[in-house]
Amino acid sequence: MNLAKLHIPDGFINIPVSALFGVLSIGFVLIALRGAAKTLDDRTTPLAGLTAVFIFAAQMMNFPVAAGTSGHLVGAALATALVGPYSATLALTVVLGVQALLFADGGLTALGLNIFNLSVIAVWVSHFAILVIRKILPKNKTSVAIAAALAAFLSVPLAATGFSLQYALGGTGTIDAATVATAMLGTHILIGIGEALITFFTVASVIQTRSDLVYGWKEKLEVRS
Amino acid sequence: MNKTSNRFYLYFLLISIVIAGAFSFYASSSPDGLEKIAEDKGFLETAKDSAVADSPLSDYGVAGVDHDRLSVGLSGVIGVLVTALVAFGVFALAKKMRKGSTN
Repeated sequence: MNLAKLHIPDGFINIPVSALFGVLSIGFVLIALRGAAKTLDDRTTPLAGLTAVFIFAAQMMNFPVAAGTSGHLVGAALATALVGPYSATLALTVVLGVQALLFADGGLTALGLNIFNLSVIAVWVSHFAILVIRKILPKNKTSVAIAAALAAFLSVPLAATGFSLQYALGGTGTIDAATVATAMLGTHILIGIGEALITFFTVASVIQTRSDLVYGWKEKLEVRS
Repeated sequence: MNKTSNRFYLYFLLISIVIAGAFSFYASSSPDGLEKIAEDKGFLETAKDSAVADSPLSDYGVAGVDHDRLSVGLSGVIGVLVTALVAFGVFALAKKMRKGSTN
């Protein structure tokens, strides 16, 4: 028995478009490395590492979403709420790298496509969604978890749309891009619900125990002081 | 880093090991959203084997371990440990960059 594959394999998207997203992803990961350098300290660095570990583990837990279809956590909103967007990009990239190289999950030429959708699109959508939602909600710990959950819900269909865009640019299949985009959006809205639930419970647990380590919470304290 | 922090980090790691090592066996084995759509829309056959498709950990199993539960669980625990090593390496590097730039 083997577990389901989670990421874009080689071959779905042609080499030029894969290479283009490879280059874009390298750029965003370098930006993330510089950004993370500014936010990490002795206390938050272990949390950033463990966030990557938790996401690797949680992604293995495919949950059923519709007949014959499963979904799995991306973890972008969860990571963004806990460690901020730069470290979240790095955490997701590490997970995708380990999965592609060690577990043959997600193609090697497709690595840039996967990093772009999950470590870049899903993370930055989550970051801005969390910022906006937290402006509306009351300033308490539960709000951080709710904002992360709503961001999680949005991030999944948008990351899926990243694939649809890549397919439109360089898909090797014969089916038209609009059909793929519609199907991707529909299924991933459902998966987004699972993503939101897991994100809510994880962020709520961490913020109840160690709010001092949580990026999304500390930020607020800094603004106040 | 104080004792409370260490305990918190340890719990975080243990929960991850339990999920990857034990719970993962019960994960849905249905194809995920992308794979299912690729199958339904007829472009699944455009997938090519990864260059590392023969990896001993390919598709979250350990080559040579015939016991299903053990094979999946072991691959999960190995994945957790490798992810931990790589992630701590990357974040330690990022933190070092900050020290380099501020001094």
